[in-house]
Order: sequence, then C-alpha cells, then structure tokens
Amino acid sequence: MSDTDTADPAIAPIKRPTRWHIAVFLAPAVLVYTAIMILPLIETLRLSLYNLVDGQTAFVGLSNFVTLFSDPRLSASFWNALGNNLIFFVIHMLVQNPVGIALAAMLSIPKLRFATFYRTAIFVPTLLSFVIVGFIWKLILSPIWGIAPGMLDMVGLKWLFAPWLGRPDSALIAVSLISVWQYVGIPMMLIYAALLNIPEEVLEAAECDGITGWSQFWKIKLPLILPSIGIISILTFVGNFNAFDLIYTVQGALAGPDGSTDILGTLLYRTFFGFQNQMGDRSMGATIATVMFLIILAGVSLYLFVIQRRMRRYQF
Amino acid sequence: MAKARTSLIRSGLIHLALISYTLIALFPVFLTLVNSFKSRNAIFRDPMAVPTPSTFSLIGYETVLAQGDFFGYFQNSLIVTVFSIALVLLFGAMAAFALSEYRFRGNLLMGLYLALGIMIPIRLGTVAILQGMVAAGLVNTLTALVLVYTAQGLPLAIFILSEFMRNVSDDLKNAGRIDGLSEYAIFFRLVLPLVRPAMATVAVFTMIPIWNDLWFPLILAPGEETKTVTLGAQMFIGQFVTNWNAVLSALSLAILPVLVLYVIFSRQLIRGITSGAVK
Repeated sequence: MSDTDTADPAIAPIKRPTRWHIAVFLAPAVLVYTAIMILPLIETLRLSLYNLVDGQTAFVGLSNFVTLFSDPRLSASFWNALGNNLIFFVIHMLVQNPVGIALAAMLSIPKLRFATFYRTAIFVPTLLSFVIVGFIWKLILSPIWGIAPGMLDMVGLKWLFAPWLGRPDSALIAVSLISVWQYVGIPMMLIYAALLNIPEEVLEAAECDGITGWSQFWKIKLPLILPSIGIISILTFVGNFNAFDLIYTVQGALAGPDGSTDILGTLLYRTFFGFQNQMGDRSMGATIATVMFLIILAGVSLYLFVIQRRMRRYQF
Repeated sequence: MAKARTSLIRSGLIHLALISYTLIALFPVFLTLVNSFKSRNAIFRDPMAVPTPSTFSLIGYETVLAQGDFFGYFQNSLIVTVFSIALVLLFGAMAAFALSEYRFRGNLLMGLYLALGIMIPIRLGTVAILQGMVAAGLVNTLTALVLVYTAQGLPLAIFILSEFMRNVSDDLKNAGRIDGLSEYAIFFRLVLPLVRPAMATVAVFTMIPIWNDLWFPLILAPGEETKTVTLGAQMFIGQFVTNWNAVLSALSLAILPVLVLYVIFSRQLIRGITSGAVK
C-alpha cells in the first residue's frame, strides 16, 4: 500500500528505517488485550485438560472431553443445548438481519421525512440491558397481567394466545424473538451506514440507465453492501453462540421449561458455577467453554477464509 | 400524474411500515414507563391507560429510592462506560491505523490475533481474570471494570475501524507525507477526522454491552460503592419480584438514563454519519 511512499527519498533519506511508529500505534491495544483477555482465556483452555484426582489437580489429557460426550446425562444436555443454540441462530438470521436490512433500506431513501425519528426510536431496544428487556417481556407475555391476551383480543385473535414462555414447544421461539426485537438495531445501523457510503455518482449513473426503486436496491445497492452483510452475519453468529444473559433473566439458570431454552451459555454457567443441588465443576466448565470456543472458531474461520475471500471489495 | 400518485402510495407504504416497527420497538418501553406511575390496582385493571389523577401514584419510586442508592449506581455506570469507550476508541483507532496503513511482517497475523477477541467471549476467562484482579488488588474498584471492558471492546473496534480506514484515500495521506507531516500527525489530523462517523458507530456498539453488562459487575465489583445501574436493578428486582410497582419503577429508573444519554448521543452520531461520511 503505502510503505513505498514512506521510503520516499524526500522524507526518509535512509531506505527503510525502523518504523517505530507502527509499534507505538499497536502497543497500547495489544498490551491491554493480551493481559486481560488472551492470557486468562489460555488459562481457561488449559484448565479443560486438568481435573481433580484424589483431591489433587492433575493433568488428565482429553478425558474431560470423553466424559462430556459419553456420560449419558452430560452428553444429552450438551446436544440439547447445541441444537437449541442452532435454532436460536437460525431465527436471528431469518428474522433479525432481513428486518434490519429492510429498515435500513427504507431509512436511507433520500428526503424521507421523520427518518431521524424512526432511526432513533427503532434503536432504543438495543440500548436496554437484558435485565430490563427480560423483565418487560416477561411481564407483557405473562397471563397474570394480561397485556398480550388483551391486545390479541382487540384484533379478535384471543384464541391465539398461549403462555408462550411457559410451554416447551414455543419457549425457545419466544425467547429468540425477544432477542431479535432487542438487537434489530445493530444490523440496521451497520447497513444504514454502508448505504450512506455509496457515492451519489453510482446511484445517479444507475438512474440514467433507468434502474430505480426496487431494482436499484437489488442490482446496485445490495451488491455494494455485501461486505457489511457478511460482517453482521458473523457478528450474529458469535453473539448467539455466546448468548446467556437474556435466557438467564427470562427463564432462569435452568433454562426452562424442561431445558427447552437451554443454550450453550446457560449450560456453561450451570456446569461452571453449579446450580441448586448440582455442584459447580470448574474442569467440566472449562471443557464446555473449550468446545464453545472451537465451534465459534470454526464459524469465524469459515467466514474469514472462505466467504470474505470471495467477496469483492469496491473502492470509491 | 399517475407517476406522482404511485410515488405517493409508495412513500405512504414506507411510512406505514416504519411507523409499525417503531410502535413495536417502543411499545414495551412505553408500557413500563406509564405503569410505573400508577397505583397497583390501576396497573392490573387497565394496563394500557396513561395515569390519571385518580390512578397516579409514586409508591413504586418511593420504595425504590428508599431501598437503593440509584444515583450512585448511575454515576458508577457513567464513569465506567465513558472511560472504557475513550480507551477503546483511542487504542482501537491507533491499532486499526497500524494494521490498515502499513505493510509489515506479521501484519496479517497481528490482525487475526486481535480479531480473535471478537469471537471468544471474554467471559470464558472469568476465573483467571478474577484471580488476576485479586492479585492486583483491583477487586471492587471501577478500574477493574474499565480494564476488562477496554479489553472486551478493542477487537471489534479494531475490526470495524480498519475496514473503514482502508477506504481513506491514499492520495490524501501521501499529500500529507509530502508536506512533511509525521505519521502521528497523519493519523491524528488527517485520518481520525475522516473516520469520525465510524468512530461514532463503534462508540455506540462499545457502549451497549458495557452499560448493560451484569456479569463483571457481579463478579468483580459487587460492593455497594461500585455497583452499576444494571446490577443494582437486577438485585432490586430479585428482592421485590411480587411488588409490581417497585419493579416497574426500578425498570424505568434503569431505562431513563440510557434514553437521556442516547438522545444526547444520537445527535452526535447522526452529525457524524451525515457530515464526513460521503463527501
């Protein structure tokens, strides 16, 4: 890129001096990040290879992983959590991201009135904490308060109401949709910024060729914002496979009813810290954490090395 | 004529869609705020109504303010959030500039190393972080939270900012170099102002998880002196589950500062997006 220019004889008479400024730019971020994030994480991964043997912490190799996948109770809850987590992710990809993109596309229409208001309002839920969102929706969907059945009654659909959060077959979908409600603002904002970054000339050229409205969105804008869609997809993936707080506040650490909303985050929490009559197990917790790490690593590698490589970058 | 009419219908439909979604987004918040000002009976009898003189009641707020120091919690949250964002933006932009601007040995590796943190939740290292903070004597201090959140925010900030910095024109930077600007001056005076919209976006994305985090305040700083708003609200709601007035008031108190902060902040965000982004 530009290091050939820094070697320009006018500024840097010596060819390629040590470029200390690169180290200075990188140092603070790398130091904080390594000390507070990477080293503790490595320590956790290391723990997954250790366990208590006769009251002493000892190296046990992969036997924690063998236990996780062969112990009937543990492996059943692990596969259940992984399956639920996949559904959780699929609902986000199918609802949150398309809705976010659609909202951003509508908001970026030039000279749209009240655009600022809409954008500000739609982003509000994203700012709220899980504690707030979880409790608000628990109250709204609660049959005791009767907000949800009352509203359905107004449009004549009262028969549709069920205590969604309390039924094993609908609880996961309900919780996922609450999460979608909260986070739709993030894809909206990222895509919105990307749409604003498309230069006028490109759009004017398209208009001269008679490409407007819908077809302009599909043929011109969408290809240009594909890198941003890639970013929001991978952010969604990572966020969903780390998720914990919302399920914890809405359904508790047991992720009820009957484990139907249990995802990897809540499973990790219960295993790591223990819950009710179950003892906390540091080594098994670290083992689940390591498996989560590997799942996420696989997804991100797929994005970085396969999807992002194939995406074309446009520079204006 | 016909063309004007279709465009009118089209913009009407767009407004309808946007208004519907705005209602969906705001309704739960509205419901909480409105009902927090009503008496217990009115909350259940007619949850959708706004408070009238006969149903107006501040009993919930009185309970909340008598039980916890919400202003202190708010101050703690504000200090932690502001310092963390400042550090994330400064350190993140510097690192992103180094990665996107210079070609040096290990550039790709360093980028991957720093991006690792986007995919791994920092929570997985909680036990070791707690041990480290105990050793450093930082437990129950806001410094511990600022450090953790800075580390947590950096990877995404670097990732997004370097995407944007690749789009800053090379000609501009080279013109600066020819004029004798140092690399630091190029970064602080040419590049930073140009990526301000991206910085605003990153600031919002960094702020949300920090402000809303429950985990680290609970583990690293649960003391009364260092409690954040989220932790304070969670503990309060846990104790008063059946007192709906108190719960709704506590929720409202947790929402309001965020809304105020956001209204102040969103102006800057919009200015950022609309000013330098395109031209």
